[in-house]
Amino acid sequence: MFKLKLPVFTFILLAILVLIASCSKDHVPNTRAVYMLMDTSGTYTKELKQAQRVINFILASLNPGDTFAVARVDTGSFSEKDIIARVTFDDRPSMANQQKRQFRDKIARFVKNVKGSAHTDITGGMLQAIEYLNEAGAGHNLILVFSDLKEDLKKGYIRDIPLQLNGVSVVALNVTKLRSDNVDPREYLDRLASWREKVESGGGSWKVINDLERLEGILSF
Amino acid sequence: MSFDDVFMLFQSPVLSGFAWFFILTSIFYIARIHAHKAIYSFTRVIHNGLRLTAQSVRQAEKRMLERNKEVLLTQGREATEHIIEREFERINDTVQKDLSEYPALHRLLSEEITRINEDYQASTDVPPAPPGWAKAIEAVAKIPGSKGDTMVGNVLDDIHQSMIKANTRVTEEYRKTSHKRHQLLSGMMPHWRKVSQALAQVDKNINSLLLRSISIDRHMDEYENIQAGSERAMQRLSSSSLTQFFISAFVLLIAVGGAMINFNLIARPMSEMVGGTSQLMGFQTSEIAALVIILVEIAMGLFLMESLRITRLFPLIGALNDKLRIKMIWITFGILLTLACVEAGLAYMRELLMQDAAATRALLREDGVEVIASSYLWITTAAQMGMGFILPFALTFIAIPLESFVHSLRTVMGIVVVALLRSLIWLLRLTGNIARFSGAMLVNFYDLFIFAPLWIEQQFRFREKKPGRKEESEAVDDVQYGSLSRS
Repeated sequence: MFKLKLPVFTFILLAILVLIASCSKDHVPNTRAVYMLMDTSGTYTKELKQAQRVINFILASLNPGDTFAVARVDTGSFSEKDIIARVTFDDRPSMANQQKRQFRDKIARFVKNVKGSAHTDITGGMLQAIEYLNEAGAGHNLILVFSDLKEDLKKGYIRDIPLQLNGVSVVALNVTKLRSDNVDPREYLDRLASWREKVESGGGSWKVINDLERLEGILSF
Repeated sequence: MSFDDVFMLFQSPVLSGFAWFFILTSIFYIARIHAHKAIYSFTRVIHNGLRLTAQSVRQAEKRMLERNKEVLLTQGREATEHIIEREFERINDTVQKDLSEYPALHRLLSEEITRINEDYQASTDVPPAPPGWAKAIEAVAKIPGSKGDTMVGNVLDDIHQSMIKANTRVTEEYRKTSHKRHQLLSGMMPHWRKVSQALAQVDKNINSLLLRSISIDRHMDEYENIQAGSERAMQRLSSSSLTQFFISAFVLLIAVGGAMINFNLIARPMSEMVGGTSQLMGFQTSEIAALVIILVEIAMGLFLMESLRITRLFPLIGALNDKLRIKMIWITFGILLTLACVEAGLAYMRELLMQDAAATRALLREDGVEVIASSYLWITTAAQMGMGFILPFALTFIAIPLESFVHSLRTVMGIVVVALLRSLIWLLRLTGNIARFSGAMLVNFYDLFIFAPLWIEQQFRFREKKPGRKEESEAVDDVQYGSLSRS
């Protein structure tokens, strides 16, 4: 009887180990990484209070282990210096709550003292976001672009670069209409279509949310 | 080569169709006898195969029935043995307890009886003795010539006075002794009561033993029935087993509900200990840790119940010597108590975490709503802590329904398997019979397809039929069709 039981036991043990190994092999992290770009150019700085609300909403929705970074879009956004605040929440919920409070305070301080930039380099910000998200190694990646999507590059800046957005969701928030858009709405629509094309050709998914009261599903992947 | 190339023998499709029909009918007519044989053989093979399979399944069903009976009887026998054993233990306890008290009882009864006897002796009514000189008075009174004699009269008067005095004294004494006797008799009452109470206690003990002996007789009858494997015992055991199964399943469901509540109480704070993001086999480690704690509590509960000999799931624990068993009781109880304290702590922590999360949410909402610390919040905290402490002990009692469930599950599974086997037998027999009769049906369809040559053949036979050759013709038919169809 013992001779029979030992191989059976060994087999079951091996099967369990194989199961665990197979689970860990194809394991996709269940964490989320969110990178938010805040346009600080020109008159859009007036909208930053709204951005702060969005940030607070995102903070309340994120869980321990998730990553969140907020960066400004200015003249040259492809830089770590433009990241205002970044955090990967601790495993422990109590610590994560503390980090959320600190993050909120940091953003509040920034919004209070922000100065508008002369140019708008959204593509540079996107490139920086992609780089950051790739380093974060989260299971689900999201880029939030809080901007009117009107890119205004400084002379000499080259941004005609394809974006590598495989598996990244891009959500444009509060895409306000400019005065020229009111004159010719096609400009606005073309701008949105251009960004959609840019994101989708890079392998990402594109979404626009202008009504900031409808942010509930923003983090559902 | 397409289907049309093969099919179109002539230009006209209708003509080609007729041509093919004619060819196929002719081929089928020529192959008719062999085709019939093949169809019948094929269906017979299926029928026989299924019949044999059904027989094998029937054998398996019989074996399963025997096994079920064996399991049921064994379980019933063990249960009855257990009950009888317990009854004997109780009788043993009663007898030991009463016999140990018996010398004291005997002494009490003897003392009381001696006292009663003494009192009785003391209370005996002794009539006062008549004065001895009464006869002398009579003799004096009879002296001749004493009548009218004053001297005699004076003597007699003196004697009379003395006698009155003596009588009064004696009467007084008699009254005193009677009073004392009555006092003694009334003093006997408590002794009688004591004796009566002692005898009532003895009567109660004896009656209890008698009742136990009646109960043992009843269980012994059941045991004998089970030993004999009677149908009545089987029915009773089977019904009892099913009842046990459903009741224990219901109680286990309730216990699962309790375990789920317990899980929710500790899963969240566990993330504070083991982290809220790490995963193991697709599940959060904190949830697995909470589940493990609950499972350890259940396991400890099982061991505690085993050590207390309430359940008998692990014979090894039950067979341990008393000293080791008692040690095990204390160890398992200690672990359970520790886990209960841990759970109470986790429940408290859960409340703190929830408050912290609520405060953070309120801050992030920035709507100016502050989290108001309710003065009644301690009630929910205390309730959570109380539940965290009590639920591990409540889960301990899962062992009892679990044992019933495991034992009755064997019987119920046996019944289910027998029912499945019976259904399988029915299905196999049905399929076999369908296969058997489908042979005849296929033959009829075959003949329907070649109805034209058959009709021609029949016409030829009809014309050739002569009175003298009738029997011969029928015999040929029999060989060609009848014998096949009858087979």
